[in-house]
Amino acid sequence: MPEYLRPYLPIFVFFLLVFGFGAVNLLLSWMLGPKKPNPKKLSPYECGITPIGDARHRYPIRFYIIAMLFILFDIEAIFLYPWAVYYKQLGLYGLVEMLIFLGILLLGYVYLWKRGAFEWE
Amino acid sequence: MDWTYWLFLLLKMVIVLGWALLMVPLLIYMERKVLADFQARIGPNRVGPVGILQPIADGIKLLLKEDLLPAKADKYVHFLAPLVAVVPAFLALSVVPFGPITHKETGTGYFVTHVNVGLLFILGLGSLNVYAITLAGWASNNKYSLMGGIRSSAQMISYELSMGLALIPVLMIAGSLDLVRIVENLGVAKGEGLSRLLLTVPLTISFVIYCICGVAETNRAPFDFPEAESELVAGFHTEYSSMRFALFFLSEYVNMITVCALATTLFLGGWKFPFVPETGPFPLLVFLAKVMIGLYGYMWMRATWPRLRYDRLMKLGWTRLLPIALANIILTGILMIAFQ
Repeated sequence: MPEYLRPYLPIFVFFLLVFGFGAVNLLLSWMLGPKKPNPKKLSPYECGITPIGDARHRYPIRFYIIAMLFILFDIEAIFLYPWAVYYKQLGLYGLVEMLIFLGILLLGYVYLWKRGAFEWE
Repeated sequence: MDWTYWLFLLLKMVIVLGWALLMVPLLIYMERKVLADFQARIGPNRVGPVGILQPIADGIKLLLKEDLLPAKADKYVHFLAPLVAVVPAFLALSVVPFGPITHKETGTGYFVTHVNVGLLFILGLGSLNVYAITLAGWASNNKYSLMGGIRSSAQMISYELSMGLALIPVLMIAGSLDLVRIVENLGVAKGEGLSRLLLTVPLTISFVIYCICGVAETNRAPFDFPEAESELVAGFHTEYSSMRFALFFLSEYVNMITVCALATTLFLGGWKFPFVPETGPFPLLVFLAKVMIGLYGYMWMRATWPRLRYDRLMKLGWTRLLPIALANIILTGILMIAFQ
């Protein structure tokens, strides 16, 4: 095993421990709990009224826009991380580079704002 | 790397896991008592002395309840979602530094493991929480669940963004993603008093943004949209019962602990406190005290502020916090160059 992977081994063991904890708990409740299902109990909860139609409905396109914007901006954020860690070494050069990068980002951001991507009416 | 090392490691894991599992009932009890105090009520006082055993009783009750699977739900995803919630929540605690490195040669100390990208690791695990909520909302095949799940996933990714950007000034000043090194590098070094003092301005802005995002990330009041009970019954966990629900509950509280632990590490000096030695139980005690203060803040907020409206929540994230976080990065950059 490479040296740099060694600290991750305890994380893997911890993962097994936590996964085991969750799985055992679910198993225990499945074994200990009563099992008296009936059609009324198993129908989706809609405030006591008989459920109408399927739940897998269409939902507003806004959420897709938010998801797309998140991916775009999150990638920008990820690009900033290595830059931030080495900022002291990069100095003024790093600052100017990042101002250009953020400037381009800002243009897109202003465009989105003006087009009303953040409006929820 | 002999067997004593592994035994010690396993012991530390069990301690961290046990601590988190003990903290959760304690927090639930504390929250109920704190809320009761805020609202001039008594709070739980029936089970055990001053009601201290109430969360344990609730836990046993949840364990013994019927494990219900709604007829139209997706069987496997419905089962998987609570596990997806609880595993990353606990896993994040494995890299939290509760204290300094004690043995330089083996790299052990007051933590389960020491990863040189600890911050990225925690942020990555934090993102996984979105999957749990979305999957739970979708798998239940209930209108309220689906709406709650989609709403909260949109909320969480929006605030995750601002949170990620708010942490960048910390990285610029600390120059590392290693949580132990961040705590050590953020302490004031000799001879750079003035520049450090000025850098507290962007760091304070970062801290405020981080706190807002932390509350939104863990879906707590005033950002508790997944569980907006007046609109969505119980949001993504409407169709969850018994232990499946309990695991969501557990993961929410463990996530709160992680957010507070990260705030302590990045902004509040971690295990350090003036005039307190960094040996023995002291780092742990200082760290826990800081975490507890953060957790009390959570409860305070819940008792004080009403829930936001959803459009305002999204607007706050995208049109306020995001530009402020970006401007804050530039401010930090300029300050660091000016006072180098």
